[in-house]
Amino acid sequence: MKITVKLFASFRIGRFDREIREYPQATTVGDVVRDLQIPEAKVGILLLNFVHVDLQRQLADGDALSIFPLVGGG
Amino acid sequence: MDKILRINMGASGGPSQNIEEAGEFSALGGRATTSMIVAKEVPPDCHPLGAENKLVIAPGMLSGTTGAMSGRISVGCKSPLTGGIKESNAGGQPAQVMARLGYAAIIIEGKPASDDLYKIHIDKDKVTISVDNSLKLMDNYPLVEKLRKEYGDKAAYMSIGSAGERKMAAASIACTDPELRPSRHCGRGGVGAVMGAKQVKAIIFDDSGCTHRQPKNQEKFKAANRAYVEGIRKHAVSGEGLPAYGTNILTNVLNEAGGYPTRNFKTGFFEGGTKISGETQAELEIQRGGLATHGCHRGCVIQCSGIYNDKDGKFLTKQPEYETVWSHGGHCGIDDLDTIAMLDYLDDNIGVDTIEMGVAIGVAMDGGVIEFGDSEGAIRLVRDEVGKGTPLGRILGNGAEMTGKAFGVDRVPVVKGQALPAYDPRTVQGIGVTYATSTMGADHTAGYAVATNILKVGGDVDPLKPEGQVELSRNLQIATTAIDSTGMCLFIAFPILDQPETFDALLDMLGAFYGIKMTGDDVVALGKKVLTLEREFNQKAGFGAEDDRLPRFFKTEPLAPHNITFTVKDEELDELYNWS
Repeated sequence: MKITVKLFASFRIGRFDREIREYPQATTVGDVVRDLQIPEAKVGILLLNFVHVDLQRQLADGDALSIFPLVGGG
Repeated sequence: MDKILRINMGASGGPSQNIEEAGEFSALGGRATTSMIVAKEVPPDCHPLGAENKLVIAPGMLSGTTGAMSGRISVGCKSPLTGGIKESNAGGQPAQVMARLGYAAIIIEGKPASDDLYKIHIDKDKVTISVDNSLKLMDNYPLVEKLRKEYGDKAAYMSIGSAGERKMAAASIACTDPELRPSRHCGRGGVGAVMGAKQVKAIIFDDSGCTHRQPKNQEKFKAANRAYVEGIRKHAVSGEGLPAYGTNILTNVLNEAGGYPTRNFKTGFFEGGTKISGETQAELEIQRGGLATHGCHRGCVIQCSGIYNDKDGKFLTKQPEYETVWSHGGHCGIDDLDTIAMLDYLDDNIGVDTIEMGVAIGVAMDGGVIEFGDSEGAIRLVRDEVGKGTPLGRILGNGAEMTGKAFGVDRVPVVKGQALPAYDPRTVQGIGVTYATSTMGADHTAGYAVATNILKVGGDVDPLKPEGQVELSRNLQIATTAIDSTGMCLFIAFPILDQPETFDALLDMLGAFYGIKMTGDDVVALGKKVLTLEREFNQKAGFGAEDDRLPRFFKTEPLAPHNITFTVKDEELDELYNWS
């Protein structure tokens, strides 16, 4: 299935900003994070189609997943 | 900080000055000091631009010490924008210098009978208040350049631009950064108009011959400061994200969460977000020979700011903050960083709040004054209308509410007359509670529920649901009021919310400095005390429960992409101040 993966801040370094990637059925958010070799402890915010999710969430074809480190501002 | 300087601008025969004992204020600071003095001395029903209003300036409890992050300065008064009490704080150098000069507060009261314009110079020996009509209608950058020739580069400057002199309700007070740029602003609530009403153009602080303020317990203070700095450096937000990308890192976060108010709060996603994001901004700054990492005051270890150069590599402005990029960017349908940076510079120069100004322009766009996305038009409105004080400029410079009325707009995002910042309350319901109930009017910094709702720092409360938002906002508003009194930068909240040992280090610093034992309960008690005073002031000024509300369209118009409305009930909002 096709998943749009968007990376932000320091996660872009050595990776990419945005890619449409192919994953098998039943792939979870955690699988994508591991596939991209992002240390789980560094993950701050996971947004799937605009909604916060955790690493266990299963993905569906056409999903858009945004992965951020811990960030803040304001 | 054992003295208070009181200046009566309306004294017969010209401004008078008096030094008073600081008393209870010698161990207080920032918002606690300004709000307690305003609540005690300003009639709540006075006109904000009249002689009875007072402008109170206070450094933080630890400003002027060797303690890190202690450079916020608070300005308080009755607000010409909201009609309620106001505390607006900024970074830059003035807090440190004013504290080393020994002043717990400066109170500027009265109003001159003549139309003369004054400047106030303060050094360790004396205070000099002098007429200088050559400064009339000068804007902040040329003004500080001129003053530097007279007072030198060791001083710190607070000043108003032409907007303050014209008493616009969006007018700010500029504070100079370490390189003497007037780029850090007490922005919100029109504090610059109150300074303008007092006919004070600039305050110049020179601490030559003064030393750092000395803690009661030097060793303990040093050790606590070390632990505090370590805690700030090791947290991902204050140690990595903010230094590298600045506050504008949030553009992508809020956009991806569907909470980025776009084209005057019509949708929650801006298609041009990537082009104006913190990642793009930091890359561009470095490419043009600017800086993506820069501190607004000496002693800052987060360094969230930066230097934004123009296409030719020449300084244009400091790194625009997230809220500025939003108000002039997505809110106006503008996706060009150079336009936004130019607007940031113009706002700083003229001396207006970037949030209020940007939101007012977006409301004007909704009213058909110019089209959404019109970059040139937005620059023209600020530079040639607000900056020149034309009738249109005076409407815009008086903020979003005034602009909405002038152009018949029925979608005006304000609470208590103050413009909403860069987080849609339908998608970030916790910040909606803060906007509605804060004593300050719509203000994200008053209780930054975005941290818990969206960023997942300091806990996790679902941003899309009403449950738990009132309690969250209440606790954050109490804690923030206390932090605003310490003079600490609010960004220390990220590490202290997540790391109990860093919070303890801050308490130890305060305790070691004043020779007392400071606990978390003391901090909460201080926050509650100040909030209660502020709320009582507002009630006496005429505010009731009906003013603790968001504009109704947030309850009736669903926001894409989540297609939800703000669902925290009015009765729940009314519970915010019911604490035991």
